[in-house]
Amino acid sequence: MAEVEETLKRIQSHKGVIGTMVVNAEGIPIRTTLDNSTTVQYAGLLHQLTMKARSTVRDIDPQNDLTFLRIRSKKHEIMVAPDKEYLLIVIQNPCE
Amino acid sequence: MASKSQKQKISSGGKVSKRGKNKPTISVNEEEEPINMESLGHPEIYPLVLTTKTQEIFNCRIDEDITDEQPYKLIKKEDIFADFQNRAAVSDFYPLKKIIQEYPGDELLIVYDKDFRYGLNFYLIGTEEGKENYLNPPEVPEEQEEYKEHVPEDTYIYTPPVSKPWVSLGSEKEIEEESVKEFTKQITYMISRKRSQFGAPIKFSDQNASSVKDAYIECTAYPDKNFTVKQLEKDVGMQVVPKVKDTSTQTRWTYPKNATTQYCPREFSEEEKETLGQSKSLTDFLNNASISVEIALQQNEIMNTFIDDWKYLAEEEGTFGDKTDTHLKEYQSFTDLHNLTEKMITCVSWHPVIYGLIAVSVAVRLSFEDRVHFSGKLLLQPSLILFWSFSDPIHPQLMLESPEDIFCFKFCPSDPNIIAGGCINGQIVMWDITAHADRIENIKTGGGRSKKVTLKPMFLLEPESNKEAMYIRHCAVSSIENGHRNVITDIHWLSDTFEINRMGSVFENRSGICCQLVTCSADCTICFWDIRPQKPSAPQPTEKKKEESIEIPFDIPSTFLHLDLSWKPLARIRLSKGETSLDHCPTKLSLSEDHLPYKAQDKMLAQNKVMEVGEMNPYQNLEGGLANHLKPIEDFCTKFFVGTEEGEVIYTDWKMERDPETGRLMTKKPVSLYTVHDGAVHTIQRSPFYNDIILTIGGWNVAIWKEGVMTGPLLQSSCAPKRYTSGHWSLTRPGVFYIGREDGYIDIWDLLEKTHEPAQSQNICTTTITCIKPWTFSAKQQFIAIADYYGTLHILEIPWTLSHPSTNEVSSMNHYFEREVKHLEYVEQRKKIREQEKKQMELETEKKKVKTYQKSKELLEAELKMDYESYLELEKTVLINLGLIKVAEKVSYMDMM
Repeated sequence: MAEVEETLKRIQSHKGVIGTMVVNAEGIPIRTTLDNSTTVQYAGLLHQLTMKARSTVRDIDPQNDLTFLRIRSKKHEIMVAPDKEYLLIVIQNPCE
Repeated sequence: MASKSQKQKISSGGKVSKRGKNKPTISVNEEEEPINMESLGHPEIYPLVLTTKTQEIFNCRIDEDITDEQPYKLIKKEDIFADFQNRAAVSDFYPLKKIIQEYPGDELLIVYDKDFRYGLNFYLIGTEEGKENYLNPPEVPEEQEEYKEHVPEDTYIYTPPVSKPWVSLGSEKEIEEESVKEFTKQITYMISRKRSQFGAPIKFSDQNASSVKDAYIECTAYPDKNFTVKQLEKDVGMQVVPKVKDTSTQTRWTYPKNATTQYCPREFSEEEKETLGQSKSLTDFLNNASISVEIALQQNEIMNTFIDDWKYLAEEEGTFGDKTDTHLKEYQSFTDLHNLTEKMITCVSWHPVIYGLIAVSVAVRLSFEDRVHFSGKLLLQPSLILFWSFSDPIHPQLMLESPEDIFCFKFCPSDPNIIAGGCINGQIVMWDITAHADRIENIKTGGGRSKKVTLKPMFLLEPESNKEAMYIRHCAVSSIENGHRNVITDIHWLSDTFEINRMGSVFENRSGICCQLVTCSADCTICFWDIRPQKPSAPQPTEKKKEESIEIPFDIPSTFLHLDLSWKPLARIRLSKGETSLDHCPTKLSLSEDHLPYKAQDKMLAQNKVMEVGEMNPYQNLEGGLANHLKPIEDFCTKFFVGTEEGEVIYTDWKMERDPETGRLMTKKPVSLYTVHDGAVHTIQRSPFYNDIILTIGGWNVAIWKEGVMTGPLLQSSCAPKRYTSGHWSLTRPGVFYIGREDGYIDIWDLLEKTHEPAQSQNICTTTITCIKPWTFSAKQQFIAIADYYGTLHILEIPWTLSHPSTNEVSSMNHYFEREVKHLEYVEQRKKIREQEKKQMELETEKKKVKTYQKSKELLEAELKMDYESYLELEKTVLINLGLIKVAEKVSYMDMM
């Protein structure tokens, strides 16, 4: 349990990271560093997007699977690391 | 028609008449309007309709006056004329009016036409002759009479017609073609039979046709190959038609019902989160996922892969004008040619709203003694604020009068028609130019100017040549006894978002307009003033009487009447250095809320406010003071910077506190005080881009401060060769500011280029520059107004390079300031470190001293012995080397030892 916190803390301490959250397979947040409403919004939307991305990849090639999803926008970059049961979402502002 | 009528005539007349063509004979009447029977050969007969009314009038009623025996009536012409007069166009005779008028005789003949021979029920005979003929018909009928002239014979002999040979005209061909003739010879059959067989009884019976041979002949159809044509091609038309099917359904209609749904996201409770957080699967997942995430994060930290290098290589999108041109270009200059005394410009301000309008305050260029000496002469000349416009460089548009020379003035940010100025004697003067606002608003280039704008010599110049230069008297002045005692050096309007009370506490400003001023003066005080009417504290009848006796000229607006001569400051702050020494003499102020106003958006706001307020100017109905029930705003920054005449920069608070001993209101002690300048500080200004960066200019150097950093200025320049006399930040470039020198040069500093000296220097005039004010009109046009000591105002245009910031200039400047702050911190730290080091070094030296002293005698002896022994050995080796002592001997010597 301390490991979990430690890992999350480590990720959060990177330069430019705005927020980190862990979401379960249904899109319900488990751990987060942002406020509740933002977390819930991100979790819901990104969960759906990840499902869609995964299904896309698997439709093209059933042997393939989604490993990482990065969305770059004007203001920041959203990184999603999917898993069978969980989803790790990190939001970073890459520009100096 | 003609032949028919002929026949008619013949039948009626009973005689045959030979007719030729109708000759268009005699009378002129035929060409007239009234229809006559010219076509029938009776030009004198005019058919006429007579209504029963007319018949009654003229006694020609049918079957009463007019009968078959006497089917005519003689009507007198006069009667007809009377009828015309009576009934005018209604009269039945009207169509024949002309004929009747021309009729020679007295009586006209109207004949009843029973058979409608001529079309209508009556007819008029239009000639005397005709009348005579009718009335007295000759034995020979009328038709004959006409042709009597042509056929001179009396009797008519009947000659039977002689047959002539027929002339073929081609009709027999047609007849031949049409007639039916037999072509073929007809076939005759003769059928005979024995006579005995005639009349025999006949018996009929039925017979099937097919059973008897040859009973019938049939011609069966058979396929004949000669006539079969194989159809190789067939043209078929096809059409695709969508199958349309009509179906209908019906839903059950219920009344519309409003329905809402509300949802909330699913969330885990705290315990669930805990349990999940501790599960092994999550730990494993995080360990696996964090690797890739961290790689991605680091990638982003290292480099931004998505930037367009090409785009960031270029500095600007497009330059306007020459890029290498960095000089300020002379645009226009204004001098007041009317006044003969030598004046200097003390303060310049651009009109916040109107393009091309700039106001300057002029003061006489005399020292204090000279002022006293010439005070009589000075009284005669009015002190003015002149409004110059780009369109007219000779005549000022407006002139505001004031009792004394103005040293500083400001337009009110919420209403540019209100101007507040500070005088040399410590009074504040207020003007309200709302009445003349339209005069200055409608200034167009060339409008109202005379065609020849040549500079005439001064004695020919008349101030009223084109436009009457308006002298506008001030609206109100502050009270002389209660205000400042010395020249007012700086005046500011407080922002319209807050207001302060006597204690210095800040309240929300509900009125929405700027209603408070702050002034600082050479009598070492800073005063806050409120332009709203104060509640009367104590009645002062004597003073009231005095005021009433003063008659105010009618053309002065009464906006500030309540303030005139009785205006007292709201709060007063005395900048004292302490109990004993002299007080600080403030020269300039910089408040925290005092942004450089009139940026583009603010200009729009100001314009909108002015327009909205058109009807109801809030300044006309200023309501009294503060609402005391408002709570003061707590964490408002009440600190501000003051520059003094000694060159100090003071950061102090305007909030008053109560002295615990005496209970009086006291000003707080200044937070920080720095003496960086060698002369009076004449410019303290916040940067238009950063609210906490302040530029101070005074004496021979420049300093940049950051509010909150107490250790010192961020940047302090070295001494310049010439004294600096005025300065201003650039409005559009965060790292640029302009400084005017006492020799008429302007130094342009660009902190991104050089921080130790100005980037450029340009000569503007020959004398001290007293005021610099840049102004932005549009993205492409930026002007800077430079006022000099001799009273000339120069307007220069700022080139593109100086006005247009590069893409990341703001962030670069930010970095620069941060670096400087860090540098200051580092310097502080280094100071501490150095102190520590210094201490350490001192300790060490101390220790060293102690050590040398503690060396005892035994040690000294031992040392001496050691030295001696080493010397002996050295001697031995030298002797061996010289060969004076043998080595063996040395050995035996050593053995013996």
